[in-house]
Amino acid sequence: MSDTLLSVQGVETYYGNIRALGGVNVDVKKGEIVSLIGANGAGKSTLMMTICGSPQARTGTITFDGEDITRLPTHLIARRRIAQSPEGRRIFPRMTVYENLQMGASLDNLKYFDEDVEKIFTLFPRLKERQAQRGGTLSGGEQQMLSIGRALMARPKLLLLDEPSLGLAPLIIRQIFDAIKVLNEEQGLTVFLVEQNAFAALKLSHRAYVMVNGQVTMSGSGKELLANPEVRAAYLEGGRH
Amino acid sequence: MANISNTHESAGGNLTARALREGFYAGVISLGLFVLFVGLETTQNIRNELVLNQRWGLLAVFVIVAAVGRFLSVAYLRPWLAARKAAASATASTETEESFFKRNFSKIAIVALIFYPPLMVVLFGVQGSLKWVDNFGIQILIYVMLAWGLNIVVGLAGLLDLGYVAFYAVGAYSYALLSQYFGLSFWVLLPLAGILAAFWGMILGFPVLRLKGDYLAIVTLAFGEIIRLVLINWTEVTKGTFGVSGIPKASVFGIWSFDVSAPNNFAKVFELPMSSAYYKIFLFYLILALALLTAYVTIRLRRMPIGRAWEALREDEIACRSLGINTVTTKLTAFAIGAMFGGFAGSFFAVRQGFVSPESFVFLESAIILAIVVLGGMGSLIGIAVAAVVMVGGTELLREMTFLKSIFGPDFTPELYRMLIFGLAMVVVMVLKPRGFVGSREPTAFLKERKNVSGSFTKEGHG
Repeated sequence: MSDTLLSVQGVETYYGNIRALGGVNVDVKKGEIVSLIGANGAGKSTLMMTICGSPQARTGTITFDGEDITRLPTHLIARRRIAQSPEGRRIFPRMTVYENLQMGASLDNLKYFDEDVEKIFTLFPRLKERQAQRGGTLSGGEQQMLSIGRALMARPKLLLLDEPSLGLAPLIIRQIFDAIKVLNEEQGLTVFLVEQNAFAALKLSHRAYVMVNGQVTMSGSGKELLANPEVRAAYLEGGRH
Repeated sequence: MANISNTHESAGGNLTARALREGFYAGVISLGLFVLFVGLETTQNIRNELVLNQRWGLLAVFVIVAAVGRFLSVAYLRPWLAARKAAASATASTETEESFFKRNFSKIAIVALIFYPPLMVVLFGVQGSLKWVDNFGIQILIYVMLAWGLNIVVGLAGLLDLGYVAFYAVGAYSYALLSQYFGLSFWVLLPLAGILAAFWGMILGFPVLRLKGDYLAIVTLAFGEIIRLVLINWTEVTKGTFGVSGIPKASVFGIWSFDVSAPNNFAKVFELPMSSAYYKIFLFYLILALALLTAYVTIRLRRMPIGRAWEALREDEIACRSLGINTVTTKLTAFAIGAMFGGFAGSFFAVRQGFVSPESFVFLESAIILAIVVLGGMGSLIGIAVAAVVMVGGTELLREMTFLKSIFGPDFTPELYRMLIFGLAMVVVMVLKPRGFVGSREPTAFLKERKNVSGSFTKEGHG
């Protein structure tokens, strides 16, 4: 399958002696939005971190664009153009918005910085208003936009988003999910998304995986899973108030 | 109306009563603290017997200072500070144009430093200028340079290094030993000392790559001690605690020498009266140039990818890695470049003293340099320079305060209180300005205009 961008095959990850992932298989094809949903502690973020090489998988292989990246150090994986907006956003709080975006473009040493930064400012106009402000002074939603913007500055082939809706108001979540959709539709960006907010994630995604206790238990198109009674019972109805 | 003034009055009365009470408590606490330290003094007489001296007068001075100080602080200083803070926050929204002096502070300071030695010569004569150029000028500038060097490691890359003095020692001993054994000149050994120190920086860097914060601090502290102990115990090479003496002086690029017997002696060539002041003035310009080089390199590096990577590393290491930054090389270059400037400063120190011994490279030196960096505001060059002037110049100034003898008696030696005042000053600065003198970080990149957002808006502990 030549159009598979990221392929995770039989990956097991341990924290010390504790097995966090028990043989996970996930495929992401070019131009897709794929989401991974599951409860707290299911191993979603661990899979995300394993793709980035920290911690590394004990068994199994991770292939990106035809290349085995399982044993590469994190910074070299990032240089294969896998950009991540990590859980908890992890922007640089004392640096300005503009400098944060510069950090994102450090792979190409700011070669495309000027044109790319304009694209980010069109996508998230709030960032343009706030560009001289320190990252730490932004609101949660703005920080999430900055985190995604910073990841996009690296001109990624694959964008990994770890819980972009964490701690945000519903309106802001919609803005961010709309932006992800725009990126995917207009620029053909491949997105792999980890989410607690199953409803929003499934609506957005082409395909999705459900994770329970470090294993993928279900997969299918976003619509199929939305309609699946088991998924509805476990992640949708229970979660909606 | 009457009601309001009434409450004011009672508030004022309360304040005075509280201030008196707290002043009294402060007096009692300081009495308890100092009764053994200050009230009693043990000395040895000629027959080596311990003699207990009673110093109740001095103890009374301490207690009164504490009590009155606390009273004044509670009754007047705090309300005044609160009022000023309220006024400042009221006017914060209106942007004020920075004064000419403030905007061009660094340029003015550099020009003032260039004209400092001639001014001292004019004011105090050739021989009289010695003290001002050497004790104040050179001494402060060495610490400015050391603190700027450490600032790269601590302020920019955020790696807490408690053993910085090790690189200072490596630089000093590189010059001392290589000039003694191989007769190389200062201008050859200065870059070599820097390279050797940078090399040691990398050696320290490798084992501590995975450490952060407190753990890193402990290992660097140990590293500093290891270097010092090696210098003490490797007596065949370093001459141990006796130190290396008779270190040759530097020359003006080999053109003029400062050796008295040399035919191209500076004073002889220009037919000036013999004095060591010319050498000190030359050293002043030398350390000024070295310090400015440090500042220039720091400013340039901050705008380059490596400098940005350092600052990002200080903020969030995981985010750095996910952006494709190699944290290993980033940390090692920070250690190496910081150490290199420490090495430059060390070889300058050796050439200035003409004598090096392990005594000069104790942990206290590292602590003072780190204190200067923290007091100045991590990452801020100007703040650090100001802090160095205050801390080092202040302690030098204590030596000059002979008039205090007339207050506290002829036995009073102000230098002995150096550390007490040093600590007090640090507490005061940290209470009033928790981020150091210059707490706001200057951004390195702008789109169109620069806007300053005060550090007080960012999360505590992140800046």
